[in-house]
Amino acid sequence: MDFFNRFAIPNPTPTIYASMVAIALTVIAVIIGLTYFKKWGYLFREWLTTVDHKRIGIMYLISALLMLFRGGVDAIMMRAQTAVPENTFLNAAEYNEVFTTHGVVMIFFMAMAFIIALMNFVVPLQIGARDVAFPRLNLLSFWLYFVGAMLFNLSFVLGGSPNAGWTSYFPLAGTQFSESVGTNYYMWALQISGLGTLMTGINFIVTILKMRAPGMTLMKMPMFTWSALVTNIIIVFAFPVLTVTLLMGTFDRQFGTNFFTMTNGGDDMLWANLFWVWGHPEVYILILPAFGIYSEVIPTFTQRNLYGYKSMVLSMVIISLLSFMVWVHHFFTMGQGALTNSIFSFTTMLIAIPTGMKIFNWLLTIRKGKIRFTVPMLYSLGFIPLFTIGGVTGVMLAMASADYQYHNTMFLVAHFHNVIIPGVVFAMLAGLTYWWPKMFGFMLNEKIGKWAFWFISIGFCLAFFPMYISGLDGQARRMYTYSAETGFGVWNMISFIGAGMMAIGFIIIVYNIYYSIRYSPRNVGDDPWNARSLEWATHNPVPEYNFAVTPQVNSSEALWDAKKNGHKLFKGELKEIHMPNNSGLPVIMAVLFFVFGFSFVFSIWPGVILSGVGIFSSMAYQSYMKDRGKHISVEEIKETEAKFGGGKK
Amino acid sequence: MKINHSQPLEYSTEHNRFSILGFWIFLGAEIMLFGTLFASYFVLVDHTGNGPVGAEIFEITPILMETIFLLTSSFTIGLAIHAMRVGKQKAMITFFIITLLLGMGFLGYEIYDFFMYVHEGATIQTSAFTAILFLTLGTHGAHVTFGLFWGSVIITQLIKHGINYETANKSFIFSLYWHFLDVVWIFIFSFVFLKGMM
Repeated sequence: MDFFNRFAIPNPTPTIYASMVAIALTVIAVIIGLTYFKKWGYLFREWLTTVDHKRIGIMYLISALLMLFRGGVDAIMMRAQTAVPENTFLNAAEYNEVFTTHGVVMIFFMAMAFIIALMNFVVPLQIGARDVAFPRLNLLSFWLYFVGAMLFNLSFVLGGSPNAGWTSYFPLAGTQFSESVGTNYYMWALQISGLGTLMTGINFIVTILKMRAPGMTLMKMPMFTWSALVTNIIIVFAFPVLTVTLLMGTFDRQFGTNFFTMTNGGDDMLWANLFWVWGHPEVYILILPAFGIYSEVIPTFTQRNLYGYKSMVLSMVIISLLSFMVWVHHFFTMGQGALTNSIFSFTTMLIAIPTGMKIFNWLLTIRKGKIRFTVPMLYSLGFIPLFTIGGVTGVMLAMASADYQYHNTMFLVAHFHNVIIPGVVFAMLAGLTYWWPKMFGFMLNEKIGKWAFWFISIGFCLAFFPMYISGLDGQARRMYTYSAETGFGVWNMISFIGAGMMAIGFIIIVYNIYYSIRYSPRNVGDDPWNARSLEWATHNPVPEYNFAVTPQVNSSEALWDAKKNGHKLFKGELKEIHMPNNSGLPVIMAVLFFVFGFSFVFSIWPGVILSGVGIFSSMAYQSYMKDRGKHISVEEIKETEAKFGGGKK
Repeated sequence: MKINHSQPLEYSTEHNRFSILGFWIFLGAEIMLFGTLFASYFVLVDHTGNGPVGAEIFEITPILMETIFLLTSSFTIGLAIHAMRVGKQKAMITFFIITLLLGMGFLGYEIYDFFMYVHEGATIQTSAFTAILFLTLGTHGAHVTFGLFWGSVIITQLIKHGINYETANKSFIFSLYWHFLDVVWIFIFSFVFLKGMM
């Protein structure tokens, strides 16, 4: 029985037992459902093994929405616990687990996945390509992300959730203070999904550099593609740092090394430094694609060219460089001395300049535009003022001496939610609504969408603005309760109400999806928003090969140019198209990686060795495999084009 | 598959060019990986706790042997790629095998080195310094080990299919990887061992 004891939960509660039952029931229901409707083959052939960037994008999207639910439930639980003083809804240990998993799930498994979902779906279409450079690798990236996410969520019911905060600072995250396997889960879930992200980074850099349609020079790329390029460059240079850091953490926890311990020369600040050397660029990995989405949405719904294209590109490049030079501002109070703090204070404030450039460019794009207040545009218009407030409080936090007052208070929590929610989450919802017709061939209902927007943005203001005040009054973050005398009660109650409104907003979005699937008209045409870039030049939904004829581009607003100035996008005859074949190997590797991660978490060495051998054997098998893809004949293309409503221009 | 004969064989198809560029970007990521290890090494090099310092455990002979093995192997993989360019399959395979044998020699000495460290009381758990020493050397050694398997897979394909646009591409990318490991070793040799022994 000793062997099985390791899987026990350290602090079992009825909630966790209920979740176990719920998970088991869901799995059984899914299996029975798939078997009953005979969908196993369809699911495996058409989705799980697909190398089509559009379907991989949609799989990322579904996973991200599931993780948004998980992270959102964590958030509501935290707000409910702190809504009134001395609350006993969660105890201290549970609260630690909840804020840790909320952070990790939202950053790694929700926001990253959502961003990569949109990049996967949109970037190859925007540059007029048929797929990404390495389609099979792309599928493997998805599976590694998915395995990481599943492994992390499994911790809740097997062995215990991580509880040292999403930053997992040592020595708190060491075995002395975090005995359960929770932090092992953290290390391996992030390690595996990080590997997938790194491969995505390489894949998209090559795709964007090498596969653009003829005529699309770098300075004629749509802004979202530019943001994807810069983001992926940051990914490639930031994620290896995380890899090493997590490896050291694993060694400290499982092999008794002394990287971050308090004895034998260990240096706990090394973790903090390394974590944020990766962690701060990570912030820009999330926000730059968001900026890219706004730069697509705003020109479309003001019907004007994006103002200051070159300065938009320049500011992103500057941000990407600065993002590697500011990491110390996450721990000004941890004893670096005045000179170091001043330098990092300065570099941090510098970031406000390129970001400010972007804000003014968007404002000047809107100026004199014919604004259409659609749902994506509402999110963009909400983003500009709310994000600016978050940016200004960021400059306040950047002042090292003043930071001694704000550090680790709710003020900080308010600040980073104020940039992440109006920045990243609004962008993802805007992008989701904007590209939805391209993905599924029908629009989301505008009226219901607007209700969701107002609930989410008003809810956001109510949830996070009070934290600025309670933070300045001294409420520390990550504390599971407080006494009535502190006077924090009223602010936290307002926060709770705001969080509830946001939850209602997300429920409205889910209802909107359901409603639109049932009632939305299906004949929206290829270009329902009267948009400007190439993804709208092909059919809705997009055929497997994206474009029957490769488009010819001569401006940064290729489709707009074609519509207004009579530029001809599609020249030449239909030719046979070469496409990659589906591959089952990434699914097998996903299973092996899951076994590997799971065995490592629980130190089951035979499992680690067997699955490790399996992973390397799969790689060798891949090398021996002869798969040169398939060809789609001209007749087949003609047939498909006719089915989608006539040959393309 | 469209083959462009004006280019060297390893660059001759679109997919080949993608793979080579992708691999260069991957090497960029690898530089960050080893860069992080080196940065951590410099932070922790004096954090020896109660354990030995570098000068007490480093021995010049095995390190020199490792260096000679690995640097020579970098030369022979270069010869293999040259043989590939002039279309000499046999010479190419021979140089590939010599490269891997030299790699094995390197690995043998490194493992011997590790045993010696442990024997002298410097295990991975002794101090922060020994931990980062083992992790840095071990990461490099693991890369070499992976390279041995990878190289063997490529050799079997060279024997089976000869030099074509696919095997040429794989061999070329492998050579980039192998040279990169050599560069990393030069840094390890200079900044870990020579600096540590001074």
